[in-house]
Amino acid sequence: MRTLVLAEHNNIELNPQTLNTVTCAKALGSVDILVAGKNCGDVAQACAEIEGVQTVLIADDVMLAHALAETLAPLLVSLAEHYDAILAPATSIGKNVLPRVAAVLDVQQISDICEVVNENTFKRPIYAGNAIQTVQSRDAKKIITVRTTTFEPANPTGGSATLKNIDKVDTPQLSTFVGAELSTSDRPDLASSAVIVSGGRGLGSVENFALLETLADILGGAIGASRAAVDAGFATNDHQIGQTGKVVAPDLYIAVGISGAIQHLAGMKDSRTIVAINSDPDAPIFKIADYGLVADLFDVLPELAQALKQ
Amino acid sequence: MKVLVAIKRVVDFNVKIRVRSDGSGVDTAGVKMSMNPFDEIAVEEAVRLKEAGTVSEIIAVSIGPAQCKDTLRTALAMGADQGIHIETEADLEPLAIAKILQDTAHKEDPDMIFLGKQAIDDDANQTAQMLAALLNWGQGTFASHIDFTEGAAQVVREIDGGLETIKLNLPCVISTDLRLNEPRYASLPNIMKAKKKPIQTVALEDLGLDTTPHLNVLAVEEPAQRKAGQILSSVQDLADKIKEAV
Repeated sequence: MRTLVLAEHNNIELNPQTLNTVTCAKALGSVDILVAGKNCGDVAQACAEIEGVQTVLIADDVMLAHALAETLAPLLVSLAEHYDAILAPATSIGKNVLPRVAAVLDVQQISDICEVVNENTFKRPIYAGNAIQTVQSRDAKKIITVRTTTFEPANPTGGSATLKNIDKVDTPQLSTFVGAELSTSDRPDLASSAVIVSGGRGLGSVENFALLETLADILGGAIGASRAAVDAGFATNDHQIGQTGKVVAPDLYIAVGISGAIQHLAGMKDSRTIVAINSDPDAPIFKIADYGLVADLFDVLPELAQALKQ
Repeated sequence: MKVLVAIKRVVDFNVKIRVRSDGSGVDTAGVKMSMNPFDEIAVEEAVRLKEAGTVSEIIAVSIGPAQCKDTLRTALAMGADQGIHIETEADLEPLAIAKILQDTAHKEDPDMIFLGKQAIDDDANQTAQMLAALLNWGQGTFASHIDFTEGAAQVVREIDGGLETIKLNLPCVISTDLRLNEPRYASLPNIMKAKKKPIQTVALEDLGLDTTPHLNVLAVEEPAQRKAGQILSSVQDLADKIKEAV
């Protein structure tokens, strides 16, 4: 099979979830990558160095600067005849763009796959990960978004793909990018961080939520949040982990003041080690935690920070 | 403006689902069903826009078995004006749903179509995008705020890095995310009033659309379960375990 992976990037840097998607694509066949953006040459170069990638297609145009679905999808559709499968990470861009491609091609997309069984058959979580569905596609072409936490990243070096410029596709302008408010943080990216310290409603306020930062600083981790904490305004939406937020699988996940609704567990239960701190001994989070501490988090956090520094 | 809101009847978000032991699917017999929570947000947004005078008419559409009428009644009680029930016992995929909604859109000619960003049963997150593609309209997915100016919708979207604002020509499709609003509970008088609002029922086969599944579901299994862990007795023990893990 010939596959095309949609590179996720911000025109400057390649999002590492693209590497996991490449690994998934390799399970299906040969891999080309599409880098669509504006002044995205560095990203294309990074893609060319990924081990096992054959060709990097570059579509560099002002209309593609912001990955709008209305301009990016027609480009993918125009390339589809050369490929048996098109894949993207199940990020906010992949989820936004790929169904638009699938519908035009009359293909039933397979979302968020966690395993490739064979070139027609895939596993994917449903019901917030409480069931795993195995589906076999009858479509000649496959359109797939990838749950990146279940695939290892491809080696970002050692490749020597051919770079090839392609033209954008002219489309009526249905949408316009107005602006973005992106969270800036010196912390590692939530999706790829080895350690995540995550807070829930139990923290009680924005000020208290900031207590997690000490712990994250010591451990070099990212900060996550439950839906309840985001809804309450303790953290911004890009911190949300769960069924409809981000899916993460760090080496260590520390859940602080998170009760563990199934919707939250859906986003973190594949973490290697889960630690839970909660004052409620019956909190469902303890059913999946490797280590739990039933205590008042406001007592625990300072003491834990002290103990970890030693 | 006229708004079409698509709503799905799903297993209630509070239900702990049970996977059938023969691997054939998830047991839904006798299980509490409700409107997909993201679709409730879509209905709520349409109703608020009507209350603000931006929207003049709200049509709720649901596709599925006879009981979808109950789900439509909920939307009518929240403030939708009329319902369309496209009746089928078939288990339809997002692409088929998008084709049906495209057909409904051609008949009803709405200015906007609102849908929840994903259904909490199949977690596909596709229908709104597919519908927008089939109609060749713009799409404002994962919306957390919507404004209107001169024939355009300005949509704030929840994206992985934060928030993004885009402007869409009308007509457009919008998929609603959690922070857009907090859906109301229908009041008893409104529930009573909703019983008198019209619901039009259409048999799916009468639409003449190809809704054949593209996927065979081979199996539905329980995920691997995590082993129960250990409750520690001191912060020092916890610190030791954390040090081991990193």
